[in-house]
Amino acid sequence: MNRVSSSTRNLIQRLGFGFLTLMTIFTVVPIIAVVVYIISKGSPAISWEFLSGFPHDGMRAGGILPAIIGTLYLTLGTALFAVPLGVAAAIYLAEYAPDNRWTRLIRIAIINLAGIPSVVYGLFGLGLFVIFLKFGTSILAASLTLSIMTLPVIISTAEEALRAVPQSFRTVSISVGATRWQTIRRIVLKEALPGILTGIILGLERAAGETAPILFTGAAFFLPRLPGSLFDATMALPYHLFVISTQVPDMPIQIQYGTALVLLVFVLGMNLTATIIRSRARARRQW
Amino acid sequence: MVDKIIIENLSLQYSDGTESLRNISMKIPENEIMVLFGPAGGGKSTLLRCFNRLNDLTEVRASTGKILIDGENILDQKTDVIALRRKVGMVFARPVVLPMSIRSNLTYGLELAGETRRSRLDEAVERSLRLAAIWDEVKDRLEEPAIDLSGGQQQRLCLARSLALQPEIILLDEPTSGLDPISTGKVEAALQELKKDYTIILVPHSIQQAARTADHAAFFLQGELVEFRPGREIFTNPKDKRTEDYVTGRFG
Repeated sequence: MNRVSSSTRNLIQRLGFGFLTLMTIFTVVPIIAVVVYIISKGSPAISWEFLSGFPHDGMRAGGILPAIIGTLYLTLGTALFAVPLGVAAAIYLAEYAPDNRWTRLIRIAIINLAGIPSVVYGLFGLGLFVIFLKFGTSILAASLTLSIMTLPVIISTAEEALRAVPQSFRTVSISVGATRWQTIRRIVLKEALPGILTGIILGLERAAGETAPILFTGAAFFLPRLPGSLFDATMALPYHLFVISTQVPDMPIQIQYGTALVLLVFVLGMNLTATIIRSRARARRQW
Repeated sequence: MVDKIIIENLSLQYSDGTESLRNISMKIPENEIMVLFGPAGGGKSTLLRCFNRLNDLTEVRASTGKILIDGENILDQKTDVIALRRKVGMVFARPVVLPMSIRSNLTYGLELAGETRRSRLDEAVERSLRLAAIWDEVKDRLEEPAIDLSGGQQQRLCLARSLALQPEIILLDEPTSGLDPISTGKVEAALQELKKDYTIILVPHSIQQAARTADHAAFFLQGELVEFRPGREIFTNPKDKRTEDYVTGRFG
């Protein structure tokens, strides 16, 4: 029966664990390497002037304020459209939608929407928002385009968060005379909120870092002033990075890395916020 | 003796075909403990969930017949189900406390009903906790999360929660199935007190509990009401062969 000796089994076990540990390290090392590399190359460029000034000398000197502000605007604009729509859709799908062919079709559509390359969204936004709806190359058109791209992430994470709330809470709430909507508003949404927020932040984080969707819809190569309305085009960090890395000859390399660092901090900061919200909520959760 | 609930030819089938009720007719008297017992899948819980229309949440394929509470057919489309659920409280098999404080668990339903006066809410909290025999254990920790209570305390809190709305009927679906004997005893003792003012319908978690608590008992088998008798004679002197087989432990 026991043909494999225990020491051999032990060895196999250790080899197995060793292999898995190694693979884990392989996945983590590149991430850390990227962050460390960007920080070390980019931090010399960071100064108050860099963060608060306009670019000059054909963007070879000066700051990146308009790109920072632009990315903030675009992220907020995306949130404005994608959050209410996404959360409402998630509530419908998780709480009200019957399980039939129609809702299955909606779900498949959402999943597929998440798989569409971002440049395709850009082209779609150009056709619909910029040209057909005549919003022009603008913050509005770019935000709407980013919203569509972000929606699947928000909808699916929010739906998942809503479904994670135990069914028994709903039954109990209904049994003491609550309506369905009261149950959702007072119990389900409250319990699902951290999960929904996490999804929102992760979705917006992706929107903040994307270049392709804003390329044709709202991003400007260079603007001498900050955008004044929703219908103005804007500079944005990811597009600015693309421009100064490929379109401007004799570009000082540290400005490129400085811009990359600011974008990285912006995005990782959002990620960190999501992580904190999630772990705090998990500690406080009463189920 | 007044009949609080009259069931007339009630039939029901879930869409997934799990449990069903077949042509049930019975009368449930006021201020007594009515016990519905029988093997799993017999229709007890389904019937229980008809009384407060909780079956509305489940997909029901077909339902016919009437349930009259105080003479009104509550299965009627026009029934105000919210008002019905305030009148018919329910305690579930597993204690489900809402993710909030002990106090809020009790005031939740009242606040939904529009009660905002602090004094009335406090009054309801104390009254219902006393009725559920848990006041002394929780009176100093009302603001703590309800989830921190023990299982037995949680179940009595659930009982208190349904009492806070001052219902007339209380439905209990195996309320002690997860509890230790001491907690079970406390819940059963509370029920004996409660029946003076309420009509209680209990699905017991064991035949012993059925025999201990029943003022009336009904035996359900595969969606059918097999035998329905006042008092406890159904346990000592069953008429139907199937009831006898079940109470003597030959199946179930």
